Amino acid sequence: MKHTPKLALAALLSGTFLSGAALAAGTHPETGEQLADDQTFTYRVLDELSSLDPQIVEDVIGSEFARDLFEGLMSQDEDGNLVPGVATDYDVSDDKLTYTFHLRPEAVWSNGDPVTASDFVFAWRRAADPETASPYQWYMGLMSIANGEEVIAGDLPPEELGVRAVDDHTFEVTLSSPLPYFPQMTTHATTFPAPQAVIEEHGKEWTRPENIVSNGAYVLEEHLPNERSTRVRNEMYWDNENTILDKVVTLVINDENVALTRYMAGELDRTEVPAGQFPRLKEEYPDEAISFPRLCNYYYTFNLSDSGPEAFKDVNVRKALALAVDRKIITENIMAGGQPEAYTFTPEAVAGFTPPTVEMAEMTQAERDEMARELLAEAGYGPDNPLSFDMVYNTSEAHQKVAVALSQMWKQKLGAEVELANMEWKVFLEERGNQNFELARGAWCGDYNEASTFLDLLDSDSGYNDGKYSNEEYDALLEKAKTAGDTTDLYTSAEQILAADMPVIPIYHYAGVYMLDSDVGNWPVNNVEQNWYSKNLYKIAE
Amino acid sequence: MFAYIVKRLLGAIPTLLFLVVAAFFMMHLAPGGPFTSERPLPPEVLANIEAQYGLDQPLWKQLWDYVTGIVLHFDFGPSFRYKDRDVNDIIAQGFPISLTYGTLSFVVATLVGVSLGIAAAIRHNSWVDYFAVSLGIVAQALPNFIMGPILILTFTLWLGLLPGGGWNGGQWEYLIMPVIALSTSYMGNIARLTRSSMLEVMNSNFIRTARAKGLPARSVIWRHAMKPTLLPVISYLGPVFVYVLTGSVFVDLYFSTGGLGQSYVNSALTRDYAVLLGVTILYGALTILVNLLTDLAYAWFDPKIRY
Amino acid sequence: MFAKSDKAADLAGEITDAKAIRGRSLWRDARDRFVRNKAAMACVFVLGLIVLFVIFGPLLAQWSNEEIDWNRMGDIARDGRPSIENGHYFGLDELGRDLYARVIQATRTSLLVGLIGAAMALLVGTAYGVLAGFYGGRLDGAMMRFVDILLAIPTTLIIILILVVAGRSFITLFIALGAVSWLTMSRIVRAQTLALKSREFIEAARAGGVSEWAIITRHILPNLLGVVIVYASLLVPEMILAESFISFLGLGIAEPNTSLGRLIAEGAGTMAYGTLWQLLFPLFFYVTIIITMFFIGDGLRDALDPKDR
Repeated sequence: MKHTPKLALAALLSGTFLSGAALAAGTHPETGEQLADDQTFTYRVLDELSSLDPQIVEDVIGSEFARDLFEGLMSQDEDGNLVPGVATDYDVSDDKLTYTFHLRPEAVWSNGDPVTASDFVFAWRRAADPETASPYQWYMGLMSIANGEEVIAGDLPPEELGVRAVDDHTFEVTLSSPLPYFPQMTTHATTFPAPQAVIEEHGKEWTRPENIVSNGAYVLEEHLPNERSTRVRNEMYWDNENTILDKVVTLVINDENVALTRYMAGELDRTEVPAGQFPRLKEEYPDEAISFPRLCNYYYTFNLSDSGPEAFKDVNVRKALALAVDRKIITENIMAGGQPEAYTFTPEAVAGFTPPTVEMAEMTQAERDEMARELLAEAGYGPDNPLSFDMVYNTSEAHQKVAVALSQMWKQKLGAEVELANMEWKVFLEERGNQNFELARGAWCGDYNEASTFLDLLDSDSGYNDGKYSNEEYDALLEKAKTAGDTTDLYTSAEQILAADMPVIPIYHYAGVYMLDSDVGNWPVNNVEQNWYSKNLYKIAE
Repeated sequence: MFAYIVKRLLGAIPTLLFLVVAAFFMMHLAPGGPFTSERPLPPEVLANIEAQYGLDQPLWKQLWDYVTGIVLHFDFGPSFRYKDRDVNDIIAQGFPISLTYGTLSFVVATLVGVSLGIAAAIRHNSWVDYFAVSLGIVAQALPNFIMGPILILTFTLWLGLLPGGGWNGGQWEYLIMPVIALSTSYMGNIARLTRSSMLEVMNSNFIRTARAKGLPARSVIWRHAMKPTLLPVISYLGPVFVYVLTGSVFVDLYFSTGGLGQSYVNSALTRDYAVLLGVTILYGALTILVNLLTDLAYAWFDPKIRY
Repeated sequence: MFAKSDKAADLAGEITDAKAIRGRSLWRDARDRFVRNKAAMACVFVLGLIVLFVIFGPLLAQWSNEEIDWNRMGDIARDGRPSIENGHYFGLDELGRDLYARVIQATRTSLLVGLIGAAMALLVGTAYGVLAGFYGGRLDGAMMRFVDILLAIPTTLIIILILVVAGRSFITLFIALGAVSWLTMSRIVRAQTLALKSREFIEAARAGGVSEWAIITRHILPNLLGVVIVYASLLVPEMILAESFISFLGLGIAEPNTSLGRLIAEGAGTMAYGTLWQLLFPLFFYVTIIITMFFIGDGLRDALDPKDR
């Protein structure tokens, strides 16, 4: 079986780009747009990145760097489809257990050394090696690589991991069980190649600008922690001719309001829009304020374990609270950034997921409120016996607004007595993880574009199931989905169970809400995972 | 004098040790650890990481290793959050920045504050006095963190004069806003303190005598009134210096200077134990050192005090 | 953040030079002096107005501090302006809650933080300082050594750790603020006690066989009162400033309650978005309280300082 994803297009593109870097001052080869002379893209990040080491990086910000500095076997295009990276294509054995990746011979490191299969072998062993102590070590287990779990647990040496360099340009992976989305997983930073000689020479300091050797479209020029980083075009990159942006600058700005001010002053090409400011900005800057769906949900989870309150064990109470939430107010008046209202746990934007027709979603808010009051009365709560509970959220201005609004809705519509508590992040995780809560905020961003990344959260055995929801029928559906060919119906049924049991209250699904300078071309708004690559962006002349 | 300094410095060692122990245990008392995350790590992965950082050891052993690491190798340990860097790097990178804008703010606050205070006292009850007093009081009564957004809006967005943040190796245009933001409230306080101190001195008997003798006002002020006026100011300057260096979180947050204040607060919130301890020790040592310098300066200014 | 404590220490130090307070007449003198101080009296009046506002202001409020005005929350910059007609005299906050009610509640919190924080410092600091100063020797050495060590720990760390370890509530906030504020107070009190101890009237009392407890309560404490009051009055604004800093870090009081520092931090964040009233109202009350407390503190110092200018 031969897989040649989008290779034709790639070949076509490289054929049209002959003049190379000189293009920067010309026009875009595909769209014909006039390109700006200064091809520098400057964007804001909230925080300092955790690491520049592809095997160790764990945060979104660091991963954005990793995708520019390094190139893995496969990459994603603007829509999230798989496109060739260092590997031009791959073969899958008939038992679906062996993947053979063919590496392009022209790929080289920024020091001129060729990128070989052994660089991948080194990197993958390194990621799984307990010595490396990577927080993403588990990812190698998730990839079902043969002996992966044993290596992670330290029972087998890293050399036993099921990866092999057949020759310099052939990389072979053996899996312990078939994994349909295995190739997609090779777009993740953990699987990117690593320069063995450099790492052995400099140790932990190999990611410093003066030491780092990388194989991506960019190289790290400067990195000033908590202030700024610059990456510039990698002249050695195999596809350098097609890279248009010369320079990518990252500024660390903690305060989103300050970041917006600096965007307005022209210091940034991209920044996040603070909650509630989108409508105003959209009106004033229709070309710059953008919003698109993300693969993240926002919910409140009931504590259904023994330590949870008795009231929440009654499904009518849970439903009443879920019904009384006026999601429109939260999405339109508080967040106001084009977030979709949520009536299912899984965002609708997820590929291969059709949300079920949920009764609640069909009703008007007045009908919902009416039903909520009835259900609560049925459960035995009323003016003489008001429902009372605590709700916790982690400290943040936006979460606070949502929590206050929710508590007011429940107070005014249902006469519930709600006590608000916010906790600093680590305390919050600890308390929620130990079921020391009654109702707690939760949010989840999909690891990959598939409904199971969300639905697995509520599996009885899931380590992330902080509310301790447990439903055998639901677990069985998920189990079935793991091996099923078509999973759409299974996921829809699972959501139906959630709608009936209401173990969590879905509030809204996230949207990416940015101010993006209109001269930035080709921002991948359709890539719901927001895996963007600077080499695909360009600056249009104004 | 020398013996006194040595004695004070030696005395700082047990203080710092106590500081380390207290901070260490307080930190471990806080719920959650450096690797508590929204996606709980599988137990075997967590075990690998904890083993790597020595967090699987009993607390006393961790403390012992930490202290001996410092004493023997001057190694303050690795950062748990910034995995490519260790504490020595973080301090070496952030402290010079904090020190630069902190010292500048200190100098500005002192020079402007003292001049304003003296001007107000010399022209007591004139418009200069009223102006200086109101300025001093308002500067001091405003919470200093609101200076950040106000300055950025004014100078970056509306006037377009200054970059909205960053450090850029400490170029002057990047320094202006942090220094104004940080020095304002201390400036107000120093001005008020200088003014009241000077007024008191000018009313004291020895100054009256000097004036009665017919000495020119100028010479009375500069030669006789200055030292006693500045005495209380100096005792205030010591702590101010420590505060501008350590209390600068908001400057780092608003102006993205990359200073140590931000690392400090973040390390406490993210349970980056080694960074938190390292910076605590640095700040503690700094406090002790500045207190010593204050006392020495005091002795120099006030001949009645001898060590 | 706590920088002013040393100024206060100094001011208090000036009183050390003063004669020990003897008898009632001196207190009456002090009161007369304070009443004659126009600036201080004006500030007492203004502060009184604020206290009255906090007490009786809620009677005029048409909304509670936590109610959301659902109809106007959509476009705060347009519909949330201060207005007499719709009952939001100070406008709405970012979430559509009545700023008038919130400012009243925040002012109450901030005043309480100031008073209780200062009171805690006063009680703990005085007890500690008197004990160390009066008994002296080894005990004094050890106790003061402990204070020195605590003073070397950055206050931000202590506050953050206390708030993180113990969770957030009014009580923890007071404990956190109290924990860092009594240190300077104890040093001042100790120095005063040491000075008093060698005075003739204490010697006389000792010689006359008065018990130690009686000496402390009858002779030492009354004579410390002036210094302690002056310092405590200067601590009040300092506590309020400290609380605002904690709020800025997002570690302050929990919703739906708020403090002036929190409201100012929120207002400062959104000041570029056409909702300036969200900053100005809380800032006005905050600055007024701080300034009046400065002048009252200065007035008290002048009044209790017999060196007449």
